[in-house]
Amino acid sequence: MKDTALPPVYLDNNATTRVFPEVVEAMLPYFTEQFGNASSIHAFGAEVGGALRQARKSLQALIGAEFDHEIIFTSGGSESNNTAIRSALQVQPGRTEIITSAVEHPAILSLCDWLEKHEGVTVHRIPVDKLGRLDLDAYRAALSDKVALVSFMWANNETGTVFPVDGLAELAHEVGALFHTDAVQAVGKLPIDLKTTEIDMLSLSSHKFHGPKGLGALYLRKGTRFRPLLRGGHQERGRRAGTENAPAIIGLGRAAEMTLSTMAEDSARMIALRDRLEKGLVQSVGHCFVTGDPHDRLPNTATVAFEYIEGEAILLKLNQAGIAASSGSACTSGSLEPSHVLRAMDIPFTAAHGAIRFSLSRETTEAEIDRVLEVMPGIIAGLREMSPFWTEGGAQPDGFNPAYA
Amino acid sequence: MWDYSDKVKDYFFNPRNAGALVDANAVGEVGSLSCGDALKLMLKVNPATEVIEDAKFQTFGCGSAIASSSALTELVIGKTIAEARKLTNQDIAEFLGGLPPEKMHCSVMGQEALTAAVAAYTGEELDEDDHEEGALICKCFGVDAGMIERAIRTNKLTTLEMVTFYTKAGGGCNSCREPLEELLADTNKAMAAEGLIKPEEAYVFGAAPKPQKKKAQGFVIPDMPPAPKPPAQPSAPVQIEPIQIAVPAAAAPAPVAVVEAPTPAPAPVSGLSPAKEAIVVSKIIEEMRPTFRRDGGDVELVDMEGSLVLVSLVGACSGCQLAASTLGGIAKVITETLGRPIRVMPVAKS
Repeated sequence: MKDTALPPVYLDNNATTRVFPEVVEAMLPYFTEQFGNASSIHAFGAEVGGALRQARKSLQALIGAEFDHEIIFTSGGSESNNTAIRSALQVQPGRTEIITSAVEHPAILSLCDWLEKHEGVTVHRIPVDKLGRLDLDAYRAALSDKVALVSFMWANNETGTVFPVDGLAELAHEVGALFHTDAVQAVGKLPIDLKTTEIDMLSLSSHKFHGPKGLGALYLRKGTRFRPLLRGGHQERGRRAGTENAPAIIGLGRAAEMTLSTMAEDSARMIALRDRLEKGLVQSVGHCFVTGDPHDRLPNTATVAFEYIEGEAILLKLNQAGIAASSGSACTSGSLEPSHVLRAMDIPFTAAHGAIRFSLSRETTEAEIDRVLEVMPGIIAGLREMSPFWTEGGAQPDGFNPAYA
Repeated sequence: MWDYSDKVKDYFFNPRNAGALVDANAVGEVGSLSCGDALKLMLKVNPATEVIEDAKFQTFGCGSAIASSSALTELVIGKTIAEARKLTNQDIAEFLGGLPPEKMHCSVMGQEALTAAVAAYTGEELDEDDHEEGALICKCFGVDAGMIERAIRTNKLTTLEMVTFYTKAGGGCNSCREPLEELLADTNKAMAAEGLIKPEEAYVFGAAPKPQKKKAQGFVIPDMPPAPKPPAQPSAPVQIEPIQIAVPAAAAPAPVAVVEAPTPAPAPVSGLSPAKEAIVVSKIIEEMRPTFRRDGGDVELVDMEGSLVLVSLVGACSGCQLAASTLGGIAKVITETLGRPIRVMPVAKS
């Protein structure tokens, strides 16, 4: 950022978003003036209780829940996911299998790995095709009366590909399994109307749609059997113990209202900007392609795979140009394997290592997209010049014969 | 973002010697697209002097891979082949002002490329690929899964402690404990299946040792065996009877009579037998008793085991909120006198 006088361009909104100033404003009084505990009998508590009820209603509207008490506030998406999966196993003794996808967030996959290894749970990881779409035949084949829970993400955090969760939920119910969806990337970006679906549980996170960090929620359809993860208090109707994070919940409520009120026009604008970015990159930089399902994906997410170069190097150069993006690159995580999502989509190693994710928000402007389009060709060309898989004539993946492979 | 040194950033953003070297006569290629790291090192060696006159690189990799490659070219230019052979990956990392532990493999790749290039020049055979593989488990000491597994198999390790002794993994911040435990359990299970170790020897995940005691501060509990070594000094037959010191108030140095000790407590106290130490301790407490009595209490020596001095608090001392500091005071004096750490513990008098 030191080499540019222009303000930085933030295109990593799938990682986290800027908290709206209006949200901060709504939260502030609940730190210093209305600091009471909502459980208290006195006036300090009562004021807070009223504000919490309003926030719950706002979130209810955003996800189209039938009742506001179907919402359980948690510390975030990961806690919601852990709660949902463990609860589903506990309320259905005899059912010891879980179905999930190969492209879930680590919050789901690493818990499933643990359950499989240490708690005797059988996990089916349903593969995806080259566009990241779920293999429905494999899903149908895995369904049985041994399955306690099916958990598929609503939208993928890396590629933005959307799974048809309402239909997937109906299939799960045919064998009597519960259905959970990790909708952390979908809530606030896609219209959601839970009361018209058969989804039993849904995880969401506040900071993905301009709310504060450290807060999430688990939607629990009325009547769904449930065991809490955290015991010790009557909060959230005994389903999640611990004093409510009142300022954050109130902030989430405000963010939900704001997101819902302009979702339709924000979506249309983000789609136009995203397409402009993707088309521009593919045209100006050769040997790159857009990943994900072009027909059904998030309006804000563009993951472009650049061949023969490595993602972290691209990110460092982008950062120098004042642009923040992210990559599924191995080198940002410290392992040698590239993104499990891109590998599950059978994207070749030549490109998976060089995949860059640009995730927009409703605050992203056309000028910002144009800045990316301006600097990107130079960055890619510069790195390719240094790559042993590249010569002036273009890609040379076979001209390289390593001694150690 | 990684914590790269300024020099790493400089060599990434302004790489020296990047690109193809047309008249190279020694080329080393390592890595692959699938690893996400690949380096082609090109050297121009003067056949007469064996001096590396020029070097260039092409790298597919992250920021530190590019910086390491560039640093490598700077390090080898001007060196002879013999000198270049001595270069290690540590030299590359040091040249760059250090690399994050997860990124040390970038410097290893540089060294391997150099080895390959030198081998290409001299025509010698390369050794087998001894690449360390697998995820980095211990970040403190940069130990990866491949190395740990080899150590477990080669040495038939079955406890976490031994894994740490052999590989250092887990010897630092201990945050890798869970993956380390899993790796040990999995490897042992496979070894038991192969008949390399007995099934009952295999480490079972979760079979962790008892929680560690908080590190002793200022004293060590079982410093000496609870009972003194029996045949240490044949001269003292009545060595340690629990030395009951005078219950009645005035009975001053009663125990002296029990042990045959010609000079009870000489000034430089070290290397005393337990019996003599007990005498010294009893004297110290006797000397301090008047102070406690003034406050309406009393302290009596009940027993001494190793570094543990058991006393009984009587009267105002018992239940007094200052008891702890009273005991601390006694412990301090005894520790100073005996020259080794002592803990004083209150016990109920039988």
